[in-house]
Amino acid sequence: MSATTAVAQAPQGWVRRFRNNPTSLVGLAIFLAVILAAVFAPWIWPVDPLEQDVVERLVGPSLAHPLGTDSFGRDVLARLLHAGRISLLIGISSIALAMLVGSAIGIAAGYIGGWFDAMVTSLLDVLLSFPTLLLGLMVVAMLGSSVENLVLAIALTELAPFARVARAPTIALKNRDFIEAGRALGFSDLRLVVVHIIPNLISDVIVVASLWLAAAIRTEASLSFIGLGVKPPTPTWGGMIREGFENILDAPWLAVAPGLAILITVLGINLLGDGLRDAIDPKVRND
Amino acid sequence: MTEAPILEIRGLSVEFRSEGAWHAAVRGVDLAIQRNQTHAIVGESGSGKSVTALAVMGLLPQQSGRIQSGSIMLEGRELIGLSEQVLDKIRGKQVAMIFQEPMTALNPTMPVGQQIAEAVRAHRCCDASSAWNEAQRMLDLVRVPSAAQRMRDYPHQFSGGMRQRVMIAIALACQPRLLLADEPTTALDVTIQAQVLSLIEDLKREYGLAVMFITHNLGVVALIADCVSVMYAGEIVETASVNELFAAPKHPYTEALLASMPRVDRDGQLEPIGGIVPSIREIGAGCTFAPRCALAIERCHSMRPPLMEVAPERTVRCWVRGVAA
Repeated sequence: MSATTAVAQAPQGWVRRFRNNPTSLVGLAIFLAVILAAVFAPWIWPVDPLEQDVVERLVGPSLAHPLGTDSFGRDVLARLLHAGRISLLIGISSIALAMLVGSAIGIAAGYIGGWFDAMVTSLLDVLLSFPTLLLGLMVVAMLGSSVENLVLAIALTELAPFARVARAPTIALKNRDFIEAGRALGFSDLRLVVVHIIPNLISDVIVVASLWLAAAIRTEASLSFIGLGVKPPTPTWGGMIREGFENILDAPWLAVAPGLAILITVLGINLLGDGLRDAIDPKVRND
Repeated sequence: MTEAPILEIRGLSVEFRSEGAWHAAVRGVDLAIQRNQTHAIVGESGSGKSVTALAVMGLLPQQSGRIQSGSIMLEGRELIGLSEQVLDKIRGKQVAMIFQEPMTALNPTMPVGQQIAEAVRAHRCCDASSAWNEAQRMLDLVRVPSAAQRMRDYPHQFSGGMRQRVMIAIALACQPRLLLADEPTTALDVTIQAQVLSLIEDLKREYGLAVMFITHNLGVVALIADCVSVMYAGEIVETASVNELFAAPKHPYTEALLASMPRVDRDGQLEPIGGIVPSIREIGAGCTFAPRCALAIERCHSMRPPLMEVAPERTVRCWVRGVAA
């Protein structure tokens, strides 16, 4: 390691490493494109996604309707773009919530240890024993389906993986010499956790977040698909697939278009997550 | 020695829990370290050297370790029984510690400059930029080449010796009075070892530190220590100045230890010490070394010898040698 590489190693060095990785750039591009498309939906394709047209029902793709129309004569492209807003909003907020709460629980359990850890771990095991969809279904059935409740439900289903992923490295890290060294310097527990433990496990959490963001979007789609998502006529990807399902033989684009949207989004997010992991984690760096 | 010692340990006993019962890992340790003095603690693995250091830091494992009795005075202040909050203010500021493994004792996700600056800010000043400048001064002080450029480097970009220097910079960042060095050079190769040792020696003089140097390497002891305590099975068996210890060891264990070490000025076979260190669960009533001791008399097996003063600043825990002298 020469002094020159050392100089080039700015604190923001991970940006450079991220940029040098083509797959992560592709992932970022896809993710950004999906977000931009969702945010600027009304400007990209200024058609009302709720406007019905009895004459133009189940029309195939054309210039007026690039992705055709559904059984109510609504423009599928407009619905797809608007559905992206809801799906991404729910996906991202539920993951953010699950990540914050879940990692906090996991770090606390791992750091404190003892009976507290045992209790939290068994509670998490109970939570994990429920299939994701079933748990989400139960919560939505109890609370009623609104955007907030969906976010809560999906966050709850994904709490346990975050807690587990944060707990294991916390246990390993708290026995490492540098934590002991920090204690020998008189650092408080809070400081040790925030400044020394979290940066060492954040890359694990981020990779899990990217993985589960994709899963959250899928869960939302699944809940909508079985009719427990956001109420119609608000478009969501899952809801669109469900509606399109009824006419899959006559108008396959109705189900295929939102399906592809989910696929592309999930792919982009996963590529992005892998790229982020490689760039942020000092342990896998090779400079 | 008119000055009051920086660190004074009296009758320290530390116990560990193992299979439901408490066993003494360190028994009745007496130790005093003056300013500007390096006091080496020598002993085999498991002899209680590191436990003594951890007890001074108040860093014994909370569930499985406890101080059974004794007193640890740091600049006239009793450390035993202080709350964690108070100890946090003392650790790092008045006592600092450097660890054996420079590879793992640094946070791998934080540039070294920031780690030193963090230590500076924890107890001394100040705003981020002056802490940063101070950190850079420390890095320069421990003779890391082109310190200014290396501040933003991560620990994995440093060699073992350089990392140990960074550790020393962190430990000294708050200008402690007492430095505990727990085998700081064991993981380094010999030439780097010598550099780090001379660095510690220089810094000791510059800051007027008291250094407790834990090692099992007698060569290192000869190089840097002023005073030596030899530990065996949780007890100090002999304390002497470094010259006296090497010239005329009193305790049979010290003797055996020196005989088992290769020396350039002596020919002949190395003599290993027969037997093994007793486990802390099987300490008997007599002298802990008696089962392995060639000089043992009947009394050694039945009665535990006290530390006997055989000369000023010179104590030995032996019925045969202590009394005879």
